Parts: sequence; C-alpha cells; structure tokens
Amino acid sequence: MNTEFINIDPHNVIDESQKLKFNGYHLMQQCATRIPDGYELIYSFGKDLEVKQLKITLPEEQEISSITSIYPCAFIYENEMHDLFGVKVKMINIDFEGKLYRTAIETPFK
Amino acid sequence: MSTRSVIPFGPQHPVLPEPIHLDLVMEDEKVVEAIPSIGFIHRGLEKLVDKKDFNEMVYVAERICGICSLGHGLGYSECVEHIMDIEVPDRARYLRTIWSELSRVHSHLLWLGLLADAFGFESLYMDCWRLREEALDMFEQSTGGRVIFSVMKIGGIRRDVPDEMLKDFYQRINRMEEDLKVISKPFLEDMAVQTRLRGVGILTAEQADALGCAGPFLRASGIARDIRSTGYCAYGDIDFEPIVSNDGDSYARTECRIKEIFQAFDIIRQCIDKIPSGDIDVPVKGMPNGEYMMRIEQPRGEALYYVKANGTKFIDRMRVRTPTFANLAGLVETLKGCDLADVPILVLTIDPCISCTER
Repeated sequence: MNTEFINIDPHNVIDESQKLKFNGYHLMQQCATRIPDGYELIYSFGKDLEVKQLKITLPEEQEISSITSIYPCAFIYENEMHDLFGVKVKMINIDFEGKLYRTAIETPFK
Repeated sequence: MSTRSVIPFGPQHPVLPEPIHLDLVMEDEKVVEAIPSIGFIHRGLEKLVDKKDFNEMVYVAERICGICSLGHGLGYSECVEHIMDIEVPDRARYLRTIWSELSRVHSHLLWLGLLADAFGFESLYMDCWRLREEALDMFEQSTGGRVIFSVMKIGGIRRDVPDEMLKDFYQRINRMEEDLKVISKPFLEDMAVQTRLRGVGILTAEQADALGCAGPFLRASGIARDIRSTGYCAYGDIDFEPIVSNDGDSYARTECRIKEIFQAFDIIRQCIDKIPSGDIDVPVKGMPNGEYMMRIEQPRGEALYYVKANGTKFIDRMRVRTPTFANLAGLVETLKGCDLADVPILVLTIDPCISCTER
C-alpha cells in the first residue's frame, strides 16, 4: 500500500478533498494523533486499490472545516476525532456534539 | 402529508447481535431517515499504546473483536513489520493466509446463522453454526484457541502446523464444502427467504462507492474491490477473483458471502498444496521508528491499520478502522424508504460488529 503522506495546510482541506472527489477517490478513513501543541490528522482516500493520504498538522485551538459537504460519510470519523481527541471540526453534517461515544471522561485520548 | 414519528431501535433488540442504536424517522410504516448512534461499548483499546509495548500490542489488537481476532493481530503485525523492514518467512505467510480464510469461513457461517434466525429458520441457523464448529475445531487444533488465538507475532507466527494436520484439514474442508452445498440451498432458492431478501435495501454501485462501503456489502453492489488482490500474506501466489453480485440488495449480499465461503475453501486448498517448509519467524531487532498504513480484507470487509512509532518500545499511535465503521453510512442509506419490518434484516446485511467498530 502506498504510505506516502502528502502534507497540506489545514485551510486547504476542502480544496484538496474536492480535487480527490473529482478524480474519483472515495474516503477510506480520517484519524487524529496527538502531538505536542496539537494534532496530526490523516485523511485516507482510495480509488480501486490506489491510495492517497493527506496529513494535516493542526494547532490545538484551531478549528478545521468538515469535509462532509464533499464526503457525507465523513461525519462518523469527524465526530470520532472530536469525541476522543477534542479536535474542533466545524460544520459537520450530522454533529453528535460530543455524544457519539459515551465515554466516562471527556476527550480521553487528548 | 403523513405524520412523522421517531422510533428508537436498539441498542437492545432481539435481532441485534451487538449494541447499535438507530433513531428511525417514520412516515406510517416507511423509514424516511435513520440516525445511527454508537458508543455503548467503547473500550479505548487504542489508548493502550501508552502502557503496552509494540510486541504486547499484538495481543491488544487481537482482542478488538472475537470474530476477526486473527485479522486484527495480522493487520497490526504487518504494519510494524513494514516499519521495521522485516521479511516474514514464506511458511508463516502461508499459514497466516490459511488462518485468515478459516476466519472468513467461520465469520460468514456465523452471519448466515444469524440471518436464518432473523427470518425464523431456526433449524437452518443451527445447521450453519454446527458447520462453523468445524472451523473452530481446526483453529483449536492448530493454534490452541477457538476465539482468541494469540498465534500472531511481529516477525512471523508463534506455532507451526504439521504437514499431517494440514492434510487432515484438506479432507475436512472438502467435507465442509459438501455440507455447505446443502445448507446454502434454502438461502439461495427458498421462496420465503427470497421474499424477505430480494429487492430489499438496494444500494447502487455509485452509492456504495461514494459512501466508502467495504467488503461483501460493497461487492454485492457490483464493485470488485477486494484488498486481497494487493497480494499481502500469500495472496499474491494464489489464484482467485473477487466475488461480485450486481443487484445490490440483501439477497446479493447473502449470495456474495456464501460464494466467498466456497472461495475460502479453494484458497485454503491452494495454500496447503503450495505451502513451503522452513522457518515460521525471524528475530526482531531494534525498535520501530516510522509510520505505516496497512489494509487487509477482513471477513466483513477492508480494515485499515495505522501505526506511528517513535524509536522506543512504546508506539505513539495505533489506529484501526474497521469495516463496520465504514459501512454505517451505507446502512443509513439502505434504510431510507424501507419498511419497518425490514430494518432488522437490513442491519444484519452489513454484518455489523460494534465491538470492532468502537474498539
């Protein structure tokens, strides 16, 4: 599997996702990793057996735009990133507002 | 316009094997919209990277799920092996493939049993699970476990399987195949079953692709995407084609899974014919440093494993994206416009594993 990660700026996430959608890629997953002072987000897209992965470094307090307007199925991944890590995602199409996972403590992976 | 009402469905429901909750927005007997809700059994297994070293995490990965346990251990191990540039011996690659396909057999038979139970065919349900016992017996004989196998390790596998045992497996697989031919007939030919499955919950190829669906749920909509085609483990040496159906309905998903069991038998036989002798593991030196995303074809579909390591024995991140997680959006789409009575069958047709999904 291609594990090259393409670094992009958080502000370009919509544009880059739009380009991938236009080129026939489907969303495979989105995930967050905690790094000092923020998060590293990885968005994986697939087309047949080919894979493209975007890596976004996001400062802790910065918001990132949801890609649910382009990939509606992203709601589940974005709610997960929010609930477990506290990543601030704006304009999710189905926003569970912290209630996707019923965790005993708030944002346990933060 | 009819009055709309919301019916809460799950997390406890007679037909649900695992806890998922759906808010069903209804117009009379028709579902207009379904909003999924999970989170009842979140265990935070991925967070254990803080406490378990990269070798111990194989056991954690195996405990994500009781059905795809072997696959989770395999996916995680392959990820770390890629980071550490470890080449697994051929015999281990073949045994990993045999066990993966045996997992597919027992997972699909379990699902077929649950489906039969859901539409009231209890004898058929028992028949499927009786046949599944054969696969579990083979697991027990070769790994020592029936649910959690603990046979996977970074650099190979923990136990070899003697050639005599593999020959015995070959014969048992042949007998299972004959039994399955009998059991699969009601699923594919019985009129009552077809009435419940044909034309129910149609997902087109465009929808399935756009929603990022995976596994038999995707392939039943006509998309021939099977991650085994990438050739991981020994799949590169095996002759097989992805199983595809074109109707995109519940019947197509059932047909797809039944054909995949027959295909799994064939792959196991090919592996037994071709398996080389030799070592089953290689020594692991040093600590992993780097990141890798691995994908494998679990019985329920494509699963993704991401590992980020920092050169110490504790890795920074392990992330698992399970097939059910990917199929939830597709499930919501198939529920739109269906009858309330079809909801349980439709939830079952994605073969949901919520333990996997929530980790």
